[in-house]
Amino acid sequence: MKFLLFAGAILVGGVLVKNPYHLQLLTFIGIYTLLALGLNMLMGYAGQISLGHAAFFGLGAYTTAVLTVHYGWSPWMSLPVALLLTACVSFLVALPMLKLHGFYLGMGTLGFGMIGYILFRGWARVTGGDSGLVGIPPLSVGSMELTSKTAYYFLVWFCVTVGFIVCERIVGSRMGRALRAIHDSEQAAGAMGVDTSRIKVNVFVLSAVFSALAGFLYAHMVTFISPSSFDFLVSVRMVTMVVIGGMASIWGSLLGASLLTLLPEWLHVFVDYEMMVYGLVLMVVMIFLPQGLTRGLMDAYERSRSRYRNRHANP
Amino acid sequence: MQELLQYFFSGITSGAVYAVIALGFTMLFNSTGLINFAQGEFVMLGALSLITLWRDFKLPLPLAFCLAVVGVAMVGILLERLAIRSVRKPHPIVLVIITVGASILLRGVAMLHWGKDAYSVRSFSRHPPIEIAGATLLPQSLWILAIVLLIVAGLQFFYRRTLTGKAMQACSINRKAASLLGIGSESMVLLAFGVSAAMGAVGGVLIAPITMSGYDMGTLLGLKGFCAAMLGGLGSSWGAVVGGLLLGILESLGVGFFSSSLKDAIAFLLLLLILYVRPSGLLGVKAVHRF
Repeated sequence: MKFLLFAGAILVGGVLVKNPYHLQLLTFIGIYTLLALGLNMLMGYAGQISLGHAAFFGLGAYTTAVLTVHYGWSPWMSLPVALLLTACVSFLVALPMLKLHGFYLGMGTLGFGMIGYILFRGWARVTGGDSGLVGIPPLSVGSMELTSKTAYYFLVWFCVTVGFIVCERIVGSRMGRALRAIHDSEQAAGAMGVDTSRIKVNVFVLSAVFSALAGFLYAHMVTFISPSSFDFLVSVRMVTMVVIGGMASIWGSLLGASLLTLLPEWLHVFVDYEMMVYGLVLMVVMIFLPQGLTRGLMDAYERSRSRYRNRHANP
Repeated sequence: MQELLQYFFSGITSGAVYAVIALGFTMLFNSTGLINFAQGEFVMLGALSLITLWRDFKLPLPLAFCLAVVGVAMVGILLERLAIRSVRKPHPIVLVIITVGASILLRGVAMLHWGKDAYSVRSFSRHPPIEIAGATLLPQSLWILAIVLLIVAGLQFFYRRTLTGKAMQACSINRKAASLLGIGSESMVLLAFGVSAAMGAVGGVLIAPITMSGYDMGTLLGLKGFCAAMLGGLGSSWGAVVGGLLLGILESLGVGFFSSSLKDAIAFLLLLLILYVRPSGLLGVKAVHRF
């Protein structure tokens, strides 16, 4: 039912919005929602922080860009390669990395993200270095090129819907319960018979594949990529989306992604203040609403309502 | 041989700076068990404020040095007071996000104030470079080494000989027991934040003359400092120094023998390696709960 409503909203949005700029904005929200959704599975549900997910976003984008630009592959051929490669890399990274906890995991993933960024910049022969890769072909279905903004909008939001369904199914399944158990206490989860390390690796790979899919969609949408789209700040932006929207909340990812995409558009003076605002928002939300906006605001509302009721019940 | 010596010299110079930054991490970790992701930003603030105070306001160097360090220490204390202490649930993931937020905030403020340009400043003294066996040693390197040695000695003195230092160590061993003995653990944490921020600022002040300083220099330096601290064993002051020097030398050898574009990757590869293989570091003795 939820998903029917969601699909309906997407349909209405795609039919009604004609302004290409607005359509592009909506498409970007979709791509960022995918990123936030994947990271939320890892951070919100499993409680494992990653400050290097931009590297997977970049890996997806660069794989498809290199294959289509240098080797002339069809994007639909490069998509499975990009996803598979990211899955393999993230698996190899996750095996040792997820043994770390808390601060060490943060630093480890941060270091991994930096290595990714340095490689995107430094391996100039393949990635084009600082100047990036130009001329990534747009996607096409049969002989029809998906150049129109509306078509791309539908493609991206179709992926987002599938992502939502996949995540919702996982959260409600045995694995979802295991993830939440790990979030609360890894030892207790292990004692209950949850194979904690395998599940953590699985969810890490899943979130990396989501990021790679977002990277693929991003690369073929803007047709030009450069390392600056995958630097540390992008990882921070992803974390901010998850935190603002609400950790362990699937729909919160949508809220967080929309807010962080729209806010800079609404406040054009924002450009110079962007970093400051991100930093402040991260700190303030974490200090006062560690559950994120969705849950935090609802809790605050409940509290004030019950206080109001109590006051009136016993005068 | 001559080349090797040259790499060695430049390695110890940057290594000493990493060591100071690593000492900041170590100090804070010892008394609070916290890793501050904004540590690199203190380095950046130290470097940029020195440049403003010394080059632009024409203050005498020692005064500018002290003002920059004290100013950054105040920022560190404010961070603890306003952000860290108000956290309701001090879960590591929350503290990581808050300190990352602080680092982005500080970087944003620095970008507004100093702009996106990178600045340079002349070295502390105008002595000519010294030639040793065909390799040149910059006077700034000597300054850096001397100041780092002074800081390490001062830290040792502080921990071993002063009451405050001992109280701080007591807090790090067992906070509850320390507060039962009348040690205000909150003020110790505040002090630790101040001193570790000051340490970061000293690192920034030292590095300002040998590199270009801009608002975005902090992340890399902070990570390298953390890498040095991990390399030597988090929590050990001598470990931080050894780790810093080792990282500096390895990095400069890497630049010399491989390529300069990989320079920054070396630190991260080392960091990942040490996190996987030996998280207690080279000099770390105690078994740490990292796994």
